[in-house]
Amino acid sequence: MSMNRFEMGTYDIIVVGAGHAGCEAGLAAARMGKKTLMLSINLEAVAMMACNPSIGGTGKGHLVREIDALGGEMGLNIDKTFIQSRMLNTAKGPAVHSLRAQADKNQYHIEMKKTLEKEELLDLKQGEAVDIIIENGRACGVVLKTGAVYRCRAVILATGTFLGGKIFIGESAFESGPNGMAPSTELAEKLREYGLPMRRFKTGTPARALADSFDYDKMIPQEGDEEIVPFSFMNDDLTKDQIKCWLTYTNEKTHEVIRRNFHRSALFGGQIEGVGPRYCPSIEDKINRFADRERHQLFIEPEGLHTDEMYIQGMSSSLPEDVQEEFYRTIEGLENLKIVRPAYAIEYDCIDPLDLKINLENRSIENLFCSGQFNGSSGYEEAAAQGLMAGINAVLKLDGKDPFVLDRSEAYIGVLIDDLITKGTNEPYRIMTSRAEYRLVLRQDNADLRLTEKGHEIGLVKEDRYERFLEKKEIVEKETERLRRKVVQPDAANPLLEAHGSAPLKSAQSLIEILRRPEITYDDTEEIDDTRPEMSRHQKTMMEVQIKYEGYIEKQKQQIEKFKRLENKKLDPDFDYEAIDGLRIEARQKLNQFRPLSVGQASRISGVSPADINVLLIYLEKVRRS
Amino acid sequence: MNDTIAAIATAYGEGGIGIIRISGPEAREILSGIFDGKIQNRRLSYGHVYDGEQIIDEVMAVYMKAPASYTAEDVVEINCHGSMVSLLKTLRLVLKKGARMAEPGEFTKRAFLNGRLDLSQAEAVIDVVKAKSDRSFDVAVSQLEGSLSAEIGNIRKDILDLLVDVTVNIDYPDEDIEQMTYEKLESCLCIIKEKIEKLLRGSQAGRMIREGIRVAIVGKPNVGKSSLMNGLLRESRAIVTEIPGTTRDTIEESVSIRNLPVYLIDTAGIRDTDDTVEKIGIEKSKEAFNSADFIIFIVDGSEPLTEEDEEIMSYLEGRKSLVLINKQDIGNRVNSRDLADRLPNSDIIETALIRGEGISEIEDKIEELVYGGQVSQSESVMVNNVRHIDLLRKAGQAIDDAKAMAARQEALDIIEIDIRNAFDNLGEIIGETVSDEILTEVFSRFCLGK
Repeated sequence: MSMNRFEMGTYDIIVVGAGHAGCEAGLAAARMGKKTLMLSINLEAVAMMACNPSIGGTGKGHLVREIDALGGEMGLNIDKTFIQSRMLNTAKGPAVHSLRAQADKNQYHIEMKKTLEKEELLDLKQGEAVDIIIENGRACGVVLKTGAVYRCRAVILATGTFLGGKIFIGESAFESGPNGMAPSTELAEKLREYGLPMRRFKTGTPARALADSFDYDKMIPQEGDEEIVPFSFMNDDLTKDQIKCWLTYTNEKTHEVIRRNFHRSALFGGQIEGVGPRYCPSIEDKINRFADRERHQLFIEPEGLHTDEMYIQGMSSSLPEDVQEEFYRTIEGLENLKIVRPAYAIEYDCIDPLDLKINLENRSIENLFCSGQFNGSSGYEEAAAQGLMAGINAVLKLDGKDPFVLDRSEAYIGVLIDDLITKGTNEPYRIMTSRAEYRLVLRQDNADLRLTEKGHEIGLVKEDRYERFLEKKEIVEKETERLRRKVVQPDAANPLLEAHGSAPLKSAQSLIEILRRPEITYDDTEEIDDTRPEMSRHQKTMMEVQIKYEGYIEKQKQQIEKFKRLENKKLDPDFDYEAIDGLRIEARQKLNQFRPLSVGQASRISGVSPADINVLLIYLEKVRRS
Repeated sequence: MNDTIAAIATAYGEGGIGIIRISGPEAREILSGIFDGKIQNRRLSYGHVYDGEQIIDEVMAVYMKAPASYTAEDVVEINCHGSMVSLLKTLRLVLKKGARMAEPGEFTKRAFLNGRLDLSQAEAVIDVVKAKSDRSFDVAVSQLEGSLSAEIGNIRKDILDLLVDVTVNIDYPDEDIEQMTYEKLESCLCIIKEKIEKLLRGSQAGRMIREGIRVAIVGKPNVGKSSLMNGLLRESRAIVTEIPGTTRDTIEESVSIRNLPVYLIDTAGIRDTDDTVEKIGIEKSKEAFNSADFIIFIVDGSEPLTEEDEEIMSYLEGRKSLVLINKQDIGNRVNSRDLADRLPNSDIIETALIRGEGISEIEDKIEELVYGGQVSQSESVMVNNVRHIDLLRKAGQAIDDAKAMAARQEALDIIEIDIRNAFDNLGEIIGETVSDEILTEVFSRFCLGK
């Protein structure tokens, strides 16, 4: 069926999708001065939190801080709309302190939509992209289902689970986007037609149930932190009445119901061809794989302040609705559960991220940038981080500038993108602190120190944020120096030290040395230290971590230098690896395929072993000498 | 790389067949000049090696045309069936015909530079270039596949298990999992450390430490040990590596004597007139005895034997050694026959080391002892991987650091960094990178999810 096409206008950049990746991509592009169009199948899906009602967590919280430090929106938006906030892992060290907030989902969507609507160079439109116009191997327009054609110079794909989406609930399977939204099927076909290496991934979400159908006396309440730490570096102190979440457990009866119905699960029935994430298994998967576990925990979390829907975290499923009702109700506190949205599994199309360049541009179609779940990741934060980077890099490409690349020692964003494009992924990729080699440097408290200068250079960080950052940097440096020089006498310090169970001083010591003791905080020492400047929480936290862990941070910085040596050994992307005899055939093929930009990057390509790298290094040295 | 090189390619001192390898453009011509058998590409043929009219040995020889050979050059291998002496004679003959004595590791180096090595061999590329003999390369490779790698794999498994627990604790704060306690952490680290130590101490590591045949030079202070050391160093063209003294008070040098990798251990550094220090000297000498394959004992010939000499001699009994009666230029008050009676396992040479007199005899003797199979080649010649030891030590150090931090109850994520370093260090030895090992384990062992 051929559709009458008609021209609707020209943009610099068109973003397909308005989820967490699309929003950051569109805002970054517009804020960097490009006339941008953002398309969404349904504007109610803007910044939709289709799964869990929370932002942040281990690794993910770091990403949000980094997005914020670069001038992105996610941190600001969750600060506006959170309903509970917790700093996780406080006992496990500064590098893994992770902020997580429960969001009011609807409010999150509304606030983000408002921000998009207000952005000057950004147009938000409801419409389904069905084709990408490619001329001379370059993406230069988008066709909508209505026949509308928008011309542009670059396209950013942020299609999420809409692309080729298919929902599974028990024996039923139907084409659908997330949460009952319309799927994007035509575009999925087109992308395959254009030869992109597409694949199927799978994810799932648990049921939502009415708040007054839970028995809260039988569950354990989970409160937010008393002191609220904001996500955004632009916010200092936030106060809010926080909601509670609830903890309960499955039991043998639950497991029995599920086991009895394994055969009715889409997962085990073989209908689902997509690959699901290991870290987010459905409840039937958990019970199947960990048969000896007596119970699994689940959290009951409100979806927002203006809805009675509750999210049942830990219990995603693709079992039929009748089975869902039966097994949910075996759980303590859920006996009278009223499900309003059943759990489902969703399968969708995404690209093999090995087909992307370091700037998230497609290898075969120029000016086609890719982000979010489309690239094989999972999670709102992972999506947003890539959206931001795709947006920035699309602009830089159009301006003829060098790509904006963060390496593994600079940001979790760097770890995320480097992992995706050099190692690839066989399941929806989730960031974790253990994926980062230089965690001690990549803390959430110093994300601005690592990135805001860079964000300013590329023009995404505006003056207000930049000045705030410079001020933080200066005050922290000055105060650290003052603490280094400030000498404390034993008489003055010992009562304080003893009160905190810390060994008394025998001779005078600088205040900075005292602060290195794990049991003594900066605020503790205020009583023995006059002339203290006014400092914000962000400022204090960063300073304190830097002081306390200075030695370890230094050690890590040395490791980073070592890492950089290989990163800085540049490789010519046009180099023919067939010419190096010592390389194994597999390594030659992989290197010829990926065309790494540095030896460091080459070393992370799967199929290239450390020995190949040695051969490569020796070869380069031979060339250099001759 | 246009010249032709030759060397004995089999282990020194082994009985049975010895192989002389020749590589380079003249290899075939050299063979045809000394061999009466038929020369065909890649065919082993029987014949004799002649020096003029004289038959030197009955051999099997093979010619391999470039590039289908070990070095990717024309290569000849002569399998000598006779004694070490005939092997040596054949080698000398080959050299006389125009080949150059191969430098340590030169065959392997050529093989590598000619792109002949496949990847599993390249695994040890760095070692290869430094390798002291072709033999040591082979051993390094076999070792990578052998028991060393199994043992390191075993330790890495322990570390991996621990890392998985730590990682899951850090990355999944909300999950219903066993919390990692400092006690548990410390006890796991102790076990791991012990295993690393054992490996370093034990036979495997003992072999690895060795850089060649270990020759201990012992004797009382001022007897001429330094002169001997200097003499041998001057004679050997290439000081292959300089190893920083692993034992604080001894000087250790790796030298090549007549193409043999030799590891000289000199106790000269302890020389001092102070009595207690001299006693330490004796202690050091004892240590050197115990670790050496072969001992050179120097006595001062210009004066009668002292108590100290006597004590050293008591340790020499039953050991293969070379005794130098030095300072012949000053006087000869030590009777070599008396000494020979007392040390029946030893050869005795009279020297004036300060003038360089006797150095070449000493070299002859070392060569003879080794080729003659009189020095057990043990494993010492076989293994020489300083890098492996270094990595093992680093891993041990990292585990120690982690242990200390656990004892101080430092934050888990900081401790994890050192544990991971140890894991990486061991991985480097066996050529495995970290990649997704930890995460894969995390997901297979713990039930995690949202």
